[in-house]
Amino acid sequence: MVEQNNMDMSIRIAHKDAATTASTSPSTTLKAEVKGLDFWYGDNQALKNINMRIDESRVTALIGPSGCGKSTYLRCFNRMHDLQDNTRYGGEILFQPDGVNILARSVDPIEVRMRIGMVFQKPNPFPKSIFENVAYGLRVRGQKNRSEIADRVEQALREASIWDEVRERLEDMAFNLSGGQQQRLCIARALATEPELLLFDEPTSALDPNATANIEDLIHRLKEKVTILIVTHNMQQAARVSDYTAFMYLGELIEFGATRGVFTNPAKKQTEDYITGRYG
Amino acid sequence: MPADSINRLSDAPGSDNRFAYKPTRHIGERFIEAILFAVSMTAVAVTVGIVGILLFESASFFDQVSIVDFLTDTQWTIMFADKHYGVLPLLAGTLVTSTVALLFAVPVGTIAAVYLSEFATVRVRETVKPTLELLAGVPTVVYGYFALLMVTPALQWFMPDLPGFNMLGPGLVIGIMIIPYITSMAEDAMRSVPMQMREGSYAMGATRLQTSLRVVVPAATSGIVAAYILGISRAFGETMVVAVAAGQQPNFTWDPTEPGATITAFIVQVALGDLPHGSIEYQSIFAVGLVLVLMTLLFNVLGHLARMRFREIY
Amino acid sequence: MQDTQAIRQLVLRGRRRDAIFAIIGLICMMIGILTLAVLLAGLIQDGAHRLNWSFFENFPSRRAHQAGILSAIVGSSLVMLITAATAIPFGIGAGIYLEEYARRGWVTNLIEVNVTNLAGVPSIIYGLLALSVFVYMLDFGQSILSAGLTLALMILPVIIVSTREAIRAIPVSIREAAYGVGATRWQLVRDHILPYSAGGILTGVIIGLARAIGETAPIITIGALTFIAFLPASPITGDFPFISFEWLESPFTVMPIQMFNWLSRPQAAFQENAAAAGLVLVVMTLVMNGTAIWLRIRFRKRIKW
Repeated sequence: MVEQNNMDMSIRIAHKDAATTASTSPSTTLKAEVKGLDFWYGDNQALKNINMRIDESRVTALIGPSGCGKSTYLRCFNRMHDLQDNTRYGGEILFQPDGVNILARSVDPIEVRMRIGMVFQKPNPFPKSIFENVAYGLRVRGQKNRSEIADRVEQALREASIWDEVRERLEDMAFNLSGGQQQRLCIARALATEPELLLFDEPTSALDPNATANIEDLIHRLKEKVTILIVTHNMQQAARVSDYTAFMYLGELIEFGATRGVFTNPAKKQTEDYITGRYG
Repeated sequence: MPADSINRLSDAPGSDNRFAYKPTRHIGERFIEAILFAVSMTAVAVTVGIVGILLFESASFFDQVSIVDFLTDTQWTIMFADKHYGVLPLLAGTLVTSTVALLFAVPVGTIAAVYLSEFATVRVRETVKPTLELLAGVPTVVYGYFALLMVTPALQWFMPDLPGFNMLGPGLVIGIMIIPYITSMAEDAMRSVPMQMREGSYAMGATRLQTSLRVVVPAATSGIVAAYILGISRAFGETMVVAVAAGQQPNFTWDPTEPGATITAFIVQVALGDLPHGSIEYQSIFAVGLVLVLMTLLFNVLGHLARMRFREIY
Repeated sequence: MQDTQAIRQLVLRGRRRDAIFAIIGLICMMIGILTLAVLLAGLIQDGAHRLNWSFFENFPSRRAHQAGILSAIVGSSLVMLITAATAIPFGIGAGIYLEEYARRGWVTNLIEVNVTNLAGVPSIIYGLLALSVFVYMLDFGQSILSAGLTLALMILPVIIVSTREAIRAIPVSIREAAYGVGATRWQLVRDHILPYSAGGILTGVIIGLARAIGETAPIITIGALTFIAFLPASPITGDFPFISFEWLESPFTVMPIQMFNWLSRPQAAFQENAAAAGLVLVVMTLVMNGTAIWLRIRFRKRIKW
């Protein structure tokens, strides 16, 4: 318990530093650029003209009151909305380095999802063994080589800091893990296919504080390897894990900048109200 | 009822309690509850009745016929002078028609369910699901007509040697009859797999087919097995199609192109004739009825075990 | 891990498999519906020309072209009357008990297990039960009463299950609101539960009756006659007390048995009669089930908790 708290503290400090560097150094590479993004559920416009840059190897947090469209926005990045009828995108998300608009009609959402991973609000392991859960993405990609799959699974489980807990029980059903372990398993599942961008949709909202600290720690370490976009309802979490923060309200991007700046010196009144807890 | 004790506590003698129980209201409520309870017990009574009657009448049957003969004799000639009481021909008839039906209905029903649940648009699904209910409501005797006068002649096109009465045609028609049940129930099972699980798979870049076969179907196995068990029970119990189109001729064969009689067809055949109460024919239909119930029960138990094995935990 | 080209190939292959499966799935889905279409077309082709007034007004006959379904229609109607009069109160009563009154315990479990199991019992087994209990033990004979009760037992689980589902759809807040103003349990059921679940219950009742009307096997098993050239005694009489229950004990035939009887004759002319009777039967059940489904959709749309 004590150790956890210490770890928590150290992350917090580490992140303040990260945020500072991010805001001061312009030498970051662009991973994706959002230009004039609109989104409709039927006639109902859920996202309005969002413009934003996502830097490589950084953590960008999306915050805002519930219903502000932050999850909707996140799900545009891997075209999850295509699974529903009667939805429509407008604008562009240009994915770097090749600058393809991943919202274009000519782009196959399946191809997008092969490069952009996602971790969901509630841990959603498949009703399969721990091993098969992580191997799933590889199998879907037609990987047949057993030893290669085994290697990738182990590597992904290590990266998700869960290897030591599950190495003896890889054939166990994933449902037998605790909630926090399940979520790290889902992260491993996403990592196994080496995504370029990893989306987190409120990944800790269903977890207890201990498990939450573990995941936050993990996110902090993962950004060396993969660009991260995270939706969170928890402002402290955004402050702890992210380099940049975007505040959204009623489907619009109100404010976007280095995390420290957004939290300590918000430019917009709405952002300040939200951060100080005037609505939520 | 805990309310009783509360009542007694507060209802001290002599006290003028305006919250006291109104005995009339209380009695009325109890009376209604008792009636509703009695009505519910009908379900139990019917089960007890079925089991009791089948056992009782079968017992009289087995007083006259040895169980060994019943289970091993390969002839069932109860309508003739030289009587044999071997249930095997009837059992074989039931198994042959049911197997034909299931070989047809299980793949078709499952694929249709996957299509409806994972591929079809909401509109298609909302149109097709009620249509399946309509199909399930068509009287079975009409399907008998279909088997005898439409399916068998059609099959004779490909198989000129097929006799007019055979088990293949009725088997296929029973298959068509149980497809709506299997599709509808398997689709329900797949629909109830949580969306997050599908999203997890799609987010990995899986296609619809991969998501369906590798995630949704395994997750819904328990419900799909239940759908198959329902299908098997229906196939075993189906009566009119075989009574009309399979020939009502007890025939110990595993060849579906031959005529045959199922347990149910035999019961109908005997019941259509003059059936003196207490005769050996009368008792025999209860004995074979017992066999039918035991078969259905066996598969339901197997299905239950399979479902326990695959039960979903999400 | 894999280069762009390889991934593109993979996605393309996956897409192709999706498309192929979608076609197969569509075909499988349509098999049942196409069958019904073919079946209806066949029945119309063979039997439509027999559907004239005399077909509905005549008794069965040895001459195929003079035969009709009058006694079968009357028989079916009277049997349904008995079935409805018994299955509806019993089914709804049991549904209400299980949802609103029953306390968790082994008795309730026993009832629930039995309802589930009865739904899976082959219909002909109900015929055996009825043959032994109604026909001989209670000595109702091979009568309309026996047949109606048999079918009532058979559709009881259908009505119980749909009643329970309809009641379960009513939110707890309604119950709390009713109890909150001092209603007793029965007042809650009478004033709220029953009215709000009426649509769902009605749907189940219609589906159950549609099943009963097309059911053949259990009625044959209790020994319904296939050749009936007379009508049961009228339930309404000219003399006091103007109502007679003689018809309950009358021998009878019903629509599906009449059809079966014609179907088992080798002559083509009788098989045309079978087709005509089948057409009437199919249309009747389709209309009943269609109405039930339509009602259900309507009620679901209207009530949004």
